[in-house]
Amino acid sequence: MTVRFLPAGDCALVVEFGDIIDRALSDRVLRLAARVRAAQAAGVVAGVVEMVPTYRSLMVHYDPVAVGEEALRAQLVALLDDAGAGAASARLWRVPACYDAAHAPDLQEVAERTGLTAQEVVRLHAQTLFHVYMIGFVPGYPYMGDLPAALVLPRRADPRVRVPPGSIAIASTMTAVYPIESPGGWHLIGATPVRLFDAARVSAEGVGRPALFSPGDKVRFEPVDVARFEEIRRACEAGDYVLQSEEVAL
Amino acid sequence: MSTETTAALLVVQPGIHTTVQDMGRIGFQDAGVPVSGPLDRVSLRLANALVGNPPAAAVLELLVQGPVLEVACESVRVALVGCDAAIDVGGPRPRTVPAGMSARLERGDLLRVTRLGASASAYLAIEGGLAVAPCLGSVATYVRGRMGGIEGRALQAGDRIPLRLAAAPQRTEKRLPQALDLALEQPVRVVLGPQADFFTEAAIATFLSSDYTVSAQSDRMGFRLEGAALAHVDGYNIVSDGIVCGSIQVPGSGLPIVLMADAQTTGGYPKIATVISADIPALGRRRPGSKVRFAAVDVQQAQEIRRQQEAWVRKLTGSLQPANAPVSLDLVALHTENLISGVARAV
Repeated sequence: MTVRFLPAGDCALVVEFGDIIDRALSDRVLRLAARVRAAQAAGVVAGVVEMVPTYRSLMVHYDPVAVGEEALRAQLVALLDDAGAGAASARLWRVPACYDAAHAPDLQEVAERTGLTAQEVVRLHAQTLFHVYMIGFVPGYPYMGDLPAALVLPRRADPRVRVPPGSIAIASTMTAVYPIESPGGWHLIGATPVRLFDAARVSAEGVGRPALFSPGDKVRFEPVDVARFEEIRRACEAGDYVLQSEEVAL
Repeated sequence: MSTETTAALLVVQPGIHTTVQDMGRIGFQDAGVPVSGPLDRVSLRLANALVGNPPAAAVLELLVQGPVLEVACESVRVALVGCDAAIDVGGPRPRTVPAGMSARLERGDLLRVTRLGASASAYLAIEGGLAVAPCLGSVATYVRGRMGGIEGRALQAGDRIPLRLAAAPQRTEKRLPQALDLALEQPVRVVLGPQADFFTEAAIATFLSSDYTVSAQSDRMGFRLEGAALAHVDGYNIVSDGIVCGSIQVPGSGLPIVLMADAQTTGGYPKIATVISADIPALGRRRPGSKVRFAAVDVQQAQEIRRQQEAWVRKLTGSLQPANAPVSLDLVALHTENLISGVARAV
Protein backbone atom coordinates (compact mmCIF):
# COMPACT_ATOMS: atom_id res chain seq x y z
CA MET A 1 0.00 0.00 0.00
CA THR A 2 1.33 3.41 -0.92
CA VAL A 3 1.65 6.16 1.66
CA ARG A 4 -1.40 8.44 1.79
CA PHE A 5 -1.51 12.01 3.14
CA LEU A 6 -4.97 12.69 4.56
CA PRO A 7 -5.88 16.11 5.95
CA ALA A 8 -7.48 16.03 9.41
CA GLY A 9 -8.73 19.60 9.13
CA ASP A 10 -6.35 22.55 8.78
CA CYS A 11 -4.10 21.78 11.80
CA ALA A 12 -3.20 18.11 11.31
CA LEU A 13 -2.07 15.78 8.58
CA VAL A 14 -2.37 11.99 8.72
CA VAL A 15 0.49 10.10 7.09
CA GLU A 16 -1.14 6.72 6.52
CA PHE A 17 1.02 3.68 5.78
CA GLY A 18 -1.79 1.11 5.79
CA ASP A 19 -5.04 0.08 7.39
CA ILE A 20 -4.16 -3.00 9.45
CA ILE A 21 -2.30 -3.77 12.68
CA ASP A 22 1.12 -4.85 11.55
CA ARG A 23 4.61 -4.61 13.01
CA ALA A 24 6.19 -3.56 9.71
CA LEU A 25 3.69 -0.69 9.36
CA SER A 26 4.28 0.32 12.97
CA ASP A 27 8.03 0.43 12.36
CA ARG A 28 7.55 2.69 9.33
CA VAL A 29 5.34 5.03 11.40
CA LEU A 30 7.88 5.21 14.23
CA ARG A 31 10.83 5.71 11.87
CA LEU A 32 9.09 8.65 10.19
CA ALA A 33 8.36 10.16 13.61
CA ALA A 34 12.04 9.84 14.54
CA ARG A 35 13.10 11.47 11.25
CA VAL A 36 10.69 14.38 11.72
CA ARG A 37 12.01 14.91 15.26
CA ALA A 38 15.59 14.92 13.95
CA ALA A 39 14.61 17.35 11.17
CA GLN A 40 12.89 19.61 13.71
CA ALA A 41 16.01 19.59 15.89
CA ALA A 42 18.09 20.50 12.83
CA GLY A 43 15.69 23.33 12.01
CA VAL A 44 14.73 21.76 8.67
CA VAL A 45 11.03 21.30 9.44
CA ALA A 46 8.98 24.19 10.82
CA GLY A 47 5.47 24.41 12.21
CA VAL A 48 5.12 20.86 13.55
CA VAL A 49 3.59 21.09 17.03
CA GLU A 50 3.53 17.42 18.02
CA MET A 51 3.11 13.94 16.54
CA VAL A 52 1.00 10.95 17.54
CA PRO A 53 2.10 7.54 16.23
CA THR A 54 -0.73 5.01 15.86
CA TYR A 55 -0.83 1.42 14.63
CA ARG A 56 -0.74 2.37 10.99
CA SER A 57 -0.35 6.13 10.65
CA LEU A 58 1.44 9.17 12.02
CA MET A 59 -0.75 12.11 13.05
CA VAL A 60 1.25 15.30 12.53
CA HIS A 61 -0.26 18.24 14.42
CA TYR A 62 0.94 21.59 13.05
CA ASP A 63 0.37 25.31 13.28
CA PRO A 64 -1.36 26.45 10.06
CA VAL A 65 -0.24 30.04 10.67
CA ALA A 66 3.40 28.90 10.65
CA VAL A 67 3.28 26.40 7.76
CA GLY A 68 0.79 25.66 5.00
CA GLU A 69 -0.44 22.14 4.32
CA GLU A 70 1.27 21.86 0.93
CA ALA A 71 4.67 22.97 2.28
CA LEU A 72 4.42 20.58 5.23
CA ARG A 73 3.42 17.72 2.95
CA ALA A 74 6.47 18.35 0.75
CA GLN A 75 8.75 18.30 3.80
CA LEU A 76 7.26 15.02 5.00
CA VAL A 77 7.56 13.43 1.56
CA ALA A 78 11.26 14.29 1.56
CA LEU A 79 11.66 12.62 4.97
CA LEU A 80 9.84 9.48 3.81
CA ASP A 81 12.59 8.90 1.25
CA ASP A 82 15.38 9.79 3.65
CA ALA A 83 16.14 6.24 4.71
CA GLY A 84 19.43 6.95 6.48
CA ALA A 85 18.56 9.68 8.96
CA GLY A 86 16.95 9.42 12.37
CA ALA A 87 17.87 5.89 13.38
CA ALA A 88 15.23 5.09 15.94
CA SER A 89 15.83 3.40 19.26
CA ALA A 90 13.52 2.07 21.91
CA ARG A 91 13.64 0.66 25.44
CA LEU A 92 13.00 -2.84 26.75
CA TRP A 93 11.05 -2.88 30.03
CA ARG A 94 10.69 -5.84 32.43
CA VAL A 95 7.44 -5.19 34.26
CA PRO A 96 6.59 -7.04 37.50
CA ALA A 97 3.20 -8.68 37.08
CA CYS A 98 1.09 -10.46 39.69
CA TYR A 99 -1.25 -13.03 38.12
CA ASP A 100 -2.61 -14.19 41.48
CA ALA A 101 -6.41 -14.53 41.58
CA ALA A 102 -6.59 -11.55 43.94
CA HIS A 103 -5.33 -9.34 41.08
CA ALA A 104 -6.80 -11.27 38.15
CA PRO A 105 -10.61 -11.25 38.27
CA ASP A 106 -11.00 -12.54 34.69
CA LEU A 107 -8.13 -15.05 34.55
CA GLN A 108 -10.31 -18.12 35.22
CA GLU A 109 -12.89 -17.03 32.64
CA VAL A 110 -10.15 -16.42 30.06
CA ALA A 111 -8.79 -19.89 30.77
CA GLU A 112 -12.21 -21.45 30.29
CA ARG A 113 -12.94 -19.54 27.08
CA THR A 114 -9.55 -20.30 25.55
CA GLY A 115 -9.58 -23.95 26.66
CA LEU A 116 -6.31 -23.47 28.57
CA THR A 117 -5.43 -23.68 32.23
CA ALA A 118 -4.87 -20.43 34.14
CA GLN A 119 -1.19 -21.40 34.41
CA GLU A 120 -0.96 -21.78 30.63
CA VAL A 121 -2.59 -18.36 30.09
CA VAL A 122 -0.04 -16.79 32.44
CA ARG A 123 2.87 -18.64 30.84
CA LEU A 124 1.86 -17.54 27.33
CA HIS A 125 1.35 -13.93 28.43
CA ALA A 126 4.58 -13.72 30.42
CA GLN A 127 6.78 -15.31 27.75
CA THR A 128 5.71 -12.89 24.99
CA LEU A 129 7.87 -9.90 24.13
CA PHE A 130 5.32 -7.16 23.45
CA HIS A 131 5.71 -4.15 21.15
CA VAL A 132 4.14 -0.84 22.20
CA TYR A 133 2.19 0.17 19.09
CA MET A 134 0.72 3.37 20.48
CA ILE A 135 -0.56 5.17 23.55
CA GLY A 136 -4.17 6.36 23.64
CA PHE A 137 -7.64 5.92 25.16
CA VAL A 138 -6.56 7.56 28.44
CA PRO A 139 -3.22 9.12 29.47
CA GLY A 140 -0.46 6.50 29.40
CA TYR A 141 -2.59 3.58 28.12
CA PRO A 142 -0.25 1.38 26.01
CA TYR A 143 -1.64 -0.75 23.20
CA MET A 144 0.83 -3.68 23.11
CA GLY A 145 0.97 -6.67 20.82
CA ASP A 146 0.81 -9.18 19.63
CA LEU A 147 -0.81 -11.76 21.89
CA PRO A 148 -0.24 -15.43 21.09
CA ALA A 149 -3.16 -16.65 18.94
CA ALA A 150 -4.34 -18.96 21.73
CA LEU A 151 -5.16 -15.91 23.94
CA VAL A 152 -7.15 -13.91 21.40
CA LEU A 153 -10.68 -13.15 22.65
CA PRO A 154 -13.18 -10.40 21.84
CA ARG A 155 -13.75 -7.69 24.46
CA ARG A 156 -16.07 -8.36 27.39
CA ALA A 157 -19.78 -8.10 26.61
CA ASP A 158 -20.26 -6.09 29.84
CA PRO A 159 -17.52 -3.44 30.20
CA ARG A 160 -16.62 -2.45 33.75
CA VAL A 161 -17.41 1.08 34.90
CA ARG A 162 -14.23 1.18 37.00
CA VAL A 163 -11.03 -0.73 36.33
CA PRO A 164 -8.38 -0.24 39.03
CA PRO A 165 -5.07 1.33 37.94
CA GLY A 166 -2.29 -1.20 37.31
CA SER A 167 -4.68 -3.82 35.90
CA ILE A 168 -3.10 -5.92 33.14
CA ALA A 169 -5.67 -6.66 30.48
CA ILE A 170 -6.09 -8.47 27.19
CA ALA A 171 -8.53 -8.17 24.29
CA SER A 172 -8.30 -9.16 20.64
CA THR A 173 -4.60 -9.36 19.74
CA MET A 174 -3.54 -6.75 22.30
CA THR A 175 -2.53 -6.44 25.93
CA ALA A 176 -2.49 -3.25 28.01
CA VAL A 177 -2.09 -1.88 31.51
CA TYR A 178 -4.74 0.56 32.81
CA PRO A 179 -2.64 3.53 34.01
CA ILE A 180 -5.45 5.34 35.84
CA GLU A 181 -8.85 4.26 37.09
CA SER A 182 -11.16 4.27 34.09
CA PRO A 183 -13.99 2.34 32.48
CA GLY A 184 -12.80 -0.70 30.54
CA GLY A 185 -13.98 -3.65 28.50
CA TRP A 186 -10.81 -5.76 28.41
CA HIS A 187 -10.23 -8.99 30.38
CA LEU A 188 -8.24 -8.42 33.57
CA ILE A 189 -5.66 -11.19 34.00
CA GLY A 190 -3.18 -9.58 36.41
CA ALA A 191 -1.82 -6.36 37.86
CA THR A 192 1.43 -4.46 38.14
CA PRO A 193 2.37 -2.25 41.10
CA VAL A 194 4.37 0.03 38.78
CA ARG A 195 2.82 3.39 37.87
CA LEU A 196 2.56 3.66 34.11
CA PHE A 197 1.59 7.32 34.12
CA ASP A 198 2.82 10.03 36.46
CA ALA A 199 2.72 13.72 35.54
CA ALA A 200 5.37 14.34 38.23
CA ARG A 201 7.96 12.63 35.96
CA VAL A 202 7.98 15.85 33.91
CA SER A 203 9.95 18.73 35.43
CA ALA A 204 8.70 22.31 35.53
CA GLU A 205 11.02 22.91 32.56
CA GLY A 206 9.14 20.25 30.58
CA VAL A 207 11.93 17.65 30.71
CA GLY A 208 10.89 14.00 31.01
CA ARG A 209 7.92 11.94 29.89
CA PRO A 210 4.77 11.32 31.95
CA ALA A 211 4.13 7.89 30.40
CA LEU A 212 6.56 5.11 31.32
CA PHE A 213 6.41 3.54 27.86
CA SER A 214 6.78 5.24 24.49
CA PRO A 215 5.49 3.91 21.18
CA GLY A 216 8.10 1.45 19.86
CA ASP A 217 9.22 0.26 23.31
CA LYS A 218 9.31 -3.46 24.12
CA VAL A 219 7.69 -4.91 27.23
CA ARG A 220 8.01 -8.26 28.99
CA PHE A 221 5.91 -9.13 32.06
CA GLU A 222 7.75 -10.94 34.87
CA PRO A 223 5.54 -12.89 37.29
CA VAL A 224 5.76 -11.94 40.98
CA ASP A 225 3.76 -13.28 43.94
CA VAL A 226 1.38 -11.23 46.08
CA ALA A 227 4.03 -10.53 48.74
CA ARG A 228 6.53 -9.18 46.18
CA PHE A 229 3.72 -7.17 44.52
CA GLU A 230 2.98 -5.46 47.84
CA GLU A 231 6.67 -4.84 48.47
CA ILE A 232 7.12 -3.15 45.10
CA ARG A 233 3.87 -1.21 45.50
CA ARG A 234 5.08 0.24 48.80
CA ALA A 235 8.46 1.07 47.28
CA CYS A 236 6.72 2.81 44.36
CA GLU A 237 4.60 4.86 46.74
CA ALA A 238 7.72 5.85 48.69
CA GLY A 239 9.45 6.78 45.45
CA ASP A 240 12.13 4.14 46.05
CA TYR A 241 11.48 1.90 43.06
CA VAL A 242 13.04 2.45 39.66
CA LEU A 243 11.91 0.11 36.91
CA GLN A 244 14.96 -1.08 34.99
CA SER A 245 15.07 -0.84 31.23
CA GLU A 246 17.67 -1.15 28.52
CA GLU A 247 18.07 0.45 25.12
CA VAL A 248 17.27 -1.78 22.16
CA ALA A 249 16.94 -1.30 18.41
CA LEU A 250 13.46 -0.35 17.22
CA MET B 1 1.63 45.97 44.32
CA SER B 2 0.59 43.50 46.97
CA THR B 3 0.99 39.85 46.07
CA GLU B 4 -0.39 38.25 49.24
CA THR B 5 -0.99 34.58 48.57
CA THR B 6 -4.44 34.66 50.14
CA ALA B 7 -5.92 36.72 47.29
CA ALA B 8 -8.80 34.71 45.94
CA LEU B 9 -12.23 34.53 44.47
CA LEU B 10 -14.51 32.53 46.74
CA VAL B 11 -16.90 30.18 44.95
CA VAL B 12 -20.41 30.79 46.32
CA GLN B 13 -22.13 28.81 43.55
CA PRO B 14 -20.00 26.85 41.06
CA GLY B 15 -22.21 27.02 37.96
CA ILE B 16 -22.85 23.93 35.85
CA HIS B 17 -19.28 23.23 34.74
CA THR B 18 -16.83 26.05 35.47
CA THR B 19 -13.18 25.15 34.90
CA VAL B 20 -9.78 26.79 34.80
CA GLN B 21 -8.47 26.82 31.22
CA ASP B 22 -5.46 28.19 29.40
CA MET B 23 -4.47 27.44 25.79
CA GLY B 24 -3.99 23.77 26.61
CA ARG B 25 -1.52 21.01 27.29
CA ILE B 26 0.70 20.81 24.23
CA GLY B 27 3.25 18.10 23.51
CA PHE B 28 1.90 15.07 25.40
CA GLN B 29 -0.63 13.65 22.96
CA ASP B 30 1.77 10.81 22.13
CA ALA B 31 1.45 9.84 25.81
CA GLY B 32 -2.34 9.85 25.47
CA VAL B 33 -2.88 13.24 27.12
CA PRO B 34 -5.59 15.39 25.49
CA VAL B 35 -4.85 19.05 24.76
CA SER B 36 -7.86 20.44 26.68
CA GLY B 37 -7.93 24.26 26.76
CA PRO B 38 -10.90 26.44 25.80
CA LEU B 39 -13.85 25.50 23.60
CA ASP B 40 -13.64 29.10 22.34
CA ARG B 41 -10.02 30.15 21.89
CA VAL B 42 -10.96 33.56 20.48
CA SER B 43 -13.05 34.65 23.47
CA LEU B 44 -10.33 33.51 25.90
CA ARG B 45 -7.83 35.77 24.12
CA LEU B 46 -10.19 38.76 23.97
CA ALA B 47 -11.09 38.43 27.67
CA ASN B 48 -7.40 38.38 28.59
CA ALA B 49 -6.72 41.43 26.40
CA LEU B 50 -9.46 43.43 28.15
CA VAL B 51 -7.82 42.98 31.58
CA GLY B 52 -4.26 43.47 30.23
CA ASN B 53 -3.18 39.82 30.51
CA PRO B 54 -0.94 37.90 28.08
CA PRO B 55 -3.12 36.18 25.43
CA ALA B 56 -2.84 32.66 26.88
CA ALA B 57 -3.23 33.46 30.59
CA ALA B 58 -5.43 31.14 32.66
CA VAL B 59 -9.09 32.12 32.84
CA LEU B 60 -12.36 30.56 33.96
CA GLU B 61 -14.42 28.78 31.31
CA LEU B 62 -18.15 29.00 32.02
CA LEU B 63 -20.50 26.48 30.42
CA VAL B 64 -24.26 27.09 30.02
CA GLN B 65 -24.71 28.58 33.49
CA GLY B 66 -21.96 30.49 35.25
CA PRO B 67 -20.89 30.81 38.87
CA VAL B 68 -21.42 33.25 41.72
CA LEU B 69 -18.04 34.38 43.06
CA GLU B 70 -17.18 36.64 45.98
CA VAL B 71 -14.19 38.95 45.80
CA ALA B 72 -11.99 37.91 48.74
CA CYS B 73 -9.13 40.39 48.27
CA GLU B 74 -8.77 44.15 47.96
CA SER B 75 -9.90 44.34 44.33
CA VAL B 76 -9.92 42.48 41.01
CA ARG B 77 -10.29 43.49 37.38
CA VAL B 78 -12.41 41.09 35.35
CA ALA B 79 -13.86 40.77 31.86
CA LEU B 80 -16.41 38.36 30.40
CA VAL B 81 -16.28 37.46 26.68
CA GLY B 82 -18.03 34.84 24.55
CA CYS B 83 -21.70 35.45 25.29
CA ASP B 84 -24.29 38.21 25.07
CA ALA B 85 -24.97 38.16 28.83
CA ALA B 86 -23.54 40.35 31.57
CA ILE B 87 -21.81 40.18 34.92
CA ASP B 88 -24.39 40.99 37.56
CA VAL B 89 -22.45 42.63 40.38
CA GLY B 90 -24.17 42.17 43.74
CA GLY B 91 -23.26 43.23 47.25
CA PRO B 92 -22.58 46.78 48.44
CA ARG B 93 -22.07 48.25 44.91
CA PRO B 94 -24.67 46.61 42.64
CA ARG B 95 -24.44 47.17 38.90
CA THR B 96 -24.30 45.35 35.57
CA VAL B 97 -21.18 44.89 33.45
CA PRO B 98 -21.96 43.68 29.92
CA ALA B 99 -19.81 41.07 28.18
CA GLY B 100 -16.90 42.59 26.26
CA MET B 101 -16.01 45.16 28.93
CA SER B 102 -13.59 45.15 31.87
CA ALA B 103 -14.60 46.20 35.37
CA ARG B 104 -12.92 46.57 38.74
CA LEU B 105 -14.63 44.86 41.65
CA GLU B 106 -13.81 45.31 45.31
CA ARG B 107 -13.72 43.14 48.39
CA GLY B 108 -17.15 41.79 49.23
CA ASP B 109 -18.60 42.35 45.74
CA LEU B 110 -20.48 39.35 44.36
CA LEU B 111 -19.76 38.48 40.74
CA ARG B 112 -22.70 36.62 39.24
CA VAL B 113 -22.93 35.19 35.73
CA THR B 114 -25.95 33.02 36.25
CA ARG B 115 -26.94 32.93 32.59
CA LEU B 116 -24.92 33.03 29.40
CA GLY B 117 -27.74 34.14 27.11
CA ALA B 118 -27.65 32.50 23.71
CA SER B 119 -24.14 31.11 24.12
CA ALA B 120 -23.05 27.81 25.68
CA SER B 121 -19.63 29.06 26.74
CA ALA B 122 -17.99 32.22 28.02
CA TYR B 123 -14.64 33.22 29.50
CA LEU B 124 -13.99 35.23 32.63
CA ALA B 125 -10.49 36.70 32.70
CA ILE B 126 -8.99 38.16 35.86
CA GLU B 127 -6.14 40.67 35.74
CA GLY B 128 -2.84 39.01 36.68
CA GLY B 129 -4.31 35.55 36.12
CA LEU B 130 -4.87 32.61 38.43
CA ALA B 131 -2.22 31.28 40.83
CA VAL B 132 -2.78 27.65 39.89
CA ALA B 133 0.12 25.17 39.59
CA PRO B 134 0.59 23.82 36.06
CA CYS B 135 0.43 20.11 35.30
CA LEU B 136 2.47 19.10 32.22
CA GLY B 137 3.04 22.74 31.37
CA SER B 138 -0.60 23.83 31.51
CA VAL B 139 -3.24 24.72 34.08
CA ALA B 140 -6.05 23.63 31.72
CA THR B 141 -8.51 21.44 33.59
CA TYR B 142 -8.85 17.90 32.20
CA VAL B 143 -11.45 16.34 34.46
CA ARG B 144 -11.20 12.73 33.22
CA GLY B 145 -7.44 12.70 33.85
CA ARG B 146 -7.74 14.83 37.01
CA MET B 147 -5.21 17.31 35.68
CA GLY B 148 -4.83 21.09 36.00
CA GLY B 149 -7.19 23.66 37.48
CA ILE B 150 -8.49 23.22 41.01
CA GLU B 151 -7.69 19.57 41.91
CA GLY B 152 -8.27 18.54 38.31
CA ARG B 153 -12.03 19.10 38.52
CA ALA B 154 -14.76 21.64 37.88
CA LEU B 155 -15.34 24.28 40.56
CA GLN B 156 -17.31 23.39 43.68
CA ALA B 157 -19.02 25.66 46.21
CA GLY B 158 -16.52 26.70 48.87
CA ASP B 159 -13.47 26.57 46.56
CA ARG B 160 -11.03 29.45 46.69
CA ILE B 161 -9.62 30.38 43.29
CA PRO B 162 -6.17 31.76 44.09
CA LEU B 163 -5.22 34.95 42.24
CA ARG B 164 -1.81 36.33 41.32
CA LEU B 165 -2.81 39.94 42.13
CA ALA B 166 -4.42 40.96 45.43
CA ALA B 167 -5.38 44.39 44.09
CA ALA B 168 -6.18 45.74 40.64
CA PRO B 169 -4.74 49.18 39.91
CA GLN B 170 -7.21 52.01 39.18
CA ARG B 171 -7.36 52.86 35.48
CA THR B 172 -9.84 53.48 32.71
CA GLU B 173 -11.71 50.29 31.91
CA LYS B 174 -11.66 48.90 28.37
CA ARG B 175 -14.13 47.35 26.02
CA LEU B 176 -14.16 45.65 22.64
CA PRO B 177 -14.61 48.11 19.76
CA GLN B 178 -17.67 46.16 18.67
CA ALA B 179 -19.83 43.41 20.13
CA LEU B 180 -18.43 39.96 19.39
CA ASP B 181 -20.37 38.21 16.63
CA LEU B 182 -21.24 34.88 18.27
CA ALA B 183 -21.92 33.34 14.83
CA LEU B 184 -24.68 31.16 16.27
CA GLU B 185 -26.53 30.88 12.95
CA GLN B 186 -23.58 30.46 10.60
CA PRO B 187 -22.75 27.11 9.02
CA VAL B 188 -19.82 25.34 10.66
CA ARG B 189 -17.16 24.77 8.01
CA VAL B 190 -15.41 21.42 7.68
CA VAL B 191 -12.70 19.77 5.63
CA LEU B 192 -13.94 16.34 4.50
CA GLY B 193 -11.93 13.34 5.69
CA PRO B 194 -9.68 11.73 6.77
CA GLN B 195 -12.13 8.81 6.33
CA ALA B 196 -14.80 10.35 4.08
CA ASP B 197 -14.34 7.29 1.82
CA PHE B 198 -15.94 5.13 4.56
CA PHE B 199 -19.28 6.83 3.83
CA THR B 200 -21.68 6.59 0.92
CA GLU B 201 -22.00 9.57 -1.41
CA ALA B 202 -25.56 9.94 -0.17
CA ALA B 203 -24.32 10.06 3.45
CA ILE B 204 -21.88 12.85 2.64
CA ALA B 205 -24.62 14.79 0.81
CA THR B 206 -26.92 14.30 3.83
CA PHE B 207 -24.17 15.39 6.23
CA LEU B 208 -23.65 18.64 4.30
CA SER B 209 -27.33 19.49 3.81
CA SER B 210 -29.06 18.53 7.08
CA ASP B 211 -29.75 20.47 10.23
CA TYR B 212 -28.27 18.71 13.25
CA THR B 213 -29.13 19.48 16.86
CA VAL B 214 -26.56 19.63 19.66
CA SER B 215 -27.51 16.84 22.09
CA ALA B 216 -27.88 17.33 25.83
CA GLN B 217 -25.30 14.49 26.10
CA SER B 218 -22.54 16.86 24.97
CA ASP B 219 -19.53 17.88 27.02
CA ARG B 220 -16.01 19.23 26.60
CA MET B 221 -14.89 15.89 25.17
CA GLY B 222 -17.46 15.80 22.38
CA PHE B 223 -20.60 17.42 21.03
CA ARG B 224 -23.06 14.67 20.12
CA LEU B 225 -25.40 15.59 17.29
CA GLU B 226 -28.95 14.45 16.67
CA GLY B 227 -30.43 14.33 13.18
CA ALA B 228 -30.05 12.32 10.00
CA ALA B 229 -28.04 9.11 10.45
CA LEU B 230 -25.07 8.65 8.10
CA ALA B 231 -24.56 5.32 6.34
CA HIS B 232 -21.14 3.68 6.29
CA VAL B 233 -20.07 1.91 3.12
CA ASP B 234 -18.73 -1.18 4.88
CA GLY B 235 -18.71 -1.21 8.68
CA TYR B 236 -17.80 1.37 11.26
CA ASN B 237 -14.65 -0.01 12.86
CA ILE B 238 -11.26 1.17 11.67
CA VAL B 239 -7.82 0.40 13.02
CA SER B 240 -7.34 3.29 15.46
CA ASP B 241 -5.67 6.43 14.22
CA GLY B 242 -5.16 9.97 15.47
CA ILE B 243 -7.85 12.44 16.50
CA VAL B 244 -7.85 16.25 16.56
CA CYS B 245 -10.15 18.79 18.14
CA GLY B 246 -12.88 19.03 15.50
CA SER B 247 -12.73 15.41 14.29
CA ILE B 248 -16.27 14.28 13.43
CA GLN B 249 -16.47 10.56 14.15
CA VAL B 250 -19.47 8.48 13.19
CA PRO B 251 -20.02 5.31 15.25
CA GLY B 252 -22.48 2.53 14.44
CA SER B 253 -25.54 4.66 15.28
CA GLY B 254 -24.69 6.82 12.25
CA LEU B 255 -25.00 9.96 14.40
CA PRO B 256 -21.95 12.24 14.28
CA ILE B 257 -19.92 13.23 17.34
CA VAL B 258 -17.68 16.29 17.04
CA LEU B 259 -14.69 15.73 19.30
CA MET B 260 -13.81 18.91 21.15
CA ALA B 261 -11.19 20.28 23.57
CA ASP B 262 -10.89 17.19 25.80
CA ALA B 263 -10.89 14.77 22.83
CA GLN B 264 -9.00 11.53 23.32
CA THR B 265 -5.85 11.39 21.20
CA THR B 266 -6.70 8.26 19.18
CA GLY B 267 -9.89 6.49 18.18
CA GLY B 268 -11.34 3.64 16.19
CA TYR B 269 -14.38 5.13 14.43
CA PRO B 270 -14.24 6.57 10.91
CA LYS B 271 -14.15 10.36 10.75
CA ILE B 272 -16.27 11.82 7.97
CA ALA B 273 -14.86 15.36 8.31
CA THR B 274 -13.01 17.78 10.56
CA VAL B 275 -14.30 21.16 11.74
CA ILE B 276 -11.88 23.88 10.66
CA SER B 277 -9.94 25.46 13.50
CA ALA B 278 -11.40 28.92 12.85
CA ASP B 279 -14.94 27.60 13.42
CA ILE B 280 -14.28 25.60 16.61
CA PRO B 281 -15.03 28.71 18.74
CA ALA B 282 -18.42 29.25 17.06
CA LEU B 283 -19.30 25.56 17.51
CA GLY B 284 -18.15 25.78 21.15
CA ARG B 285 -20.82 28.47 21.69
CA ARG B 286 -23.71 26.27 20.49
CA ARG B 287 -25.95 25.28 23.39
CA PRO B 288 -27.58 21.88 23.70
CA GLY B 289 -30.72 22.06 21.55
CA SER B 290 -29.28 24.53 19.05
CA LYS B 291 -28.89 23.82 15.35
CA VAL B 292 -25.71 23.02 13.46
CA ARG B 293 -25.35 22.88 9.69
CA PHE B 294 -22.05 21.96 8.02
CA ALA B 295 -20.42 23.35 4.88
CA ALA B 296 -17.32 21.94 3.16
CA VAL B 297 -14.18 23.93 2.32
CA ASP B 298 -10.77 22.67 1.24
CA VAL B 299 -7.65 22.74 3.43
CA GLN B 300 -6.17 25.80 1.71
CA GLN B 301 -9.40 27.76 2.25
CA ALA B 302 -9.53 26.62 5.88
CA GLN B 303 -5.98 27.83 6.47
CA GLU B 304 -6.68 31.18 4.79
CA ILE B 305 -9.78 31.59 6.99
CA ARG B 306 -7.70 30.79 10.08
CA ARG B 307 -5.01 33.31 9.12
CA GLN B 308 -7.67 35.97 8.58
CA GLN B 309 -9.17 35.16 11.97
CA GLU B 310 -5.78 35.53 13.65
CA ALA B 311 -5.30 38.93 11.96
CA TRP B 312 -8.81 39.99 13.03
CA VAL B 313 -8.18 38.98 16.66
CA ARG B 314 -4.89 40.89 16.66
CA LYS B 315 -6.68 43.94 15.24
CA LEU B 316 -9.42 43.74 17.87
CA THR B 317 -7.00 43.35 20.78
CA GLY B 318 -4.98 46.25 19.41
CA SER B 319 -7.97 48.58 19.19
CA LEU B 320 -9.70 48.22 22.56
CA GLN B 321 -11.70 51.33 23.44
CA PRO B 322 -12.05 53.18 26.74
CA ALA B 323 -15.17 51.77 28.35
CA ASN B 324 -16.69 55.23 28.77
CA ALA B 325 -16.33 56.12 25.08
CA PRO B 326 -19.31 55.80 22.73
CA VAL B 327 -19.84 52.62 20.78
CA SER B 328 -17.83 53.39 17.68
CA LEU B 329 -16.25 56.46 16.17
CA ASP B 330 -18.35 56.12 13.03
CA LEU B 331 -21.54 56.10 15.08
CA VAL B 332 -20.31 59.06 17.09
CA ALA B 333 -19.63 61.01 13.91
CA LEU B 334 -23.08 60.18 12.58
CA HIS B 335 -24.74 61.01 15.85
CA THR B 336 -22.92 64.36 16.12
CA GLU B 337 -23.79 65.32 12.55
CA ASN B 338 -27.48 64.58 13.10
CA LEU B 339 -27.48 66.54 16.29
CA ILE B 340 -25.86 69.53 14.64
CA SER B 341 -28.12 69.49 11.60
CA GLY B 342 -31.14 69.03 13.86
CA VAL B 343 -30.06 72.02 15.90
CA ALA B 344 -29.46 73.96 12.72
CA ARG B 345 -32.94 73.16 11.45
CA ALA B 346 -34.45 74.17 14.74
CA VAL B 347 -32.73 77.48 14.48
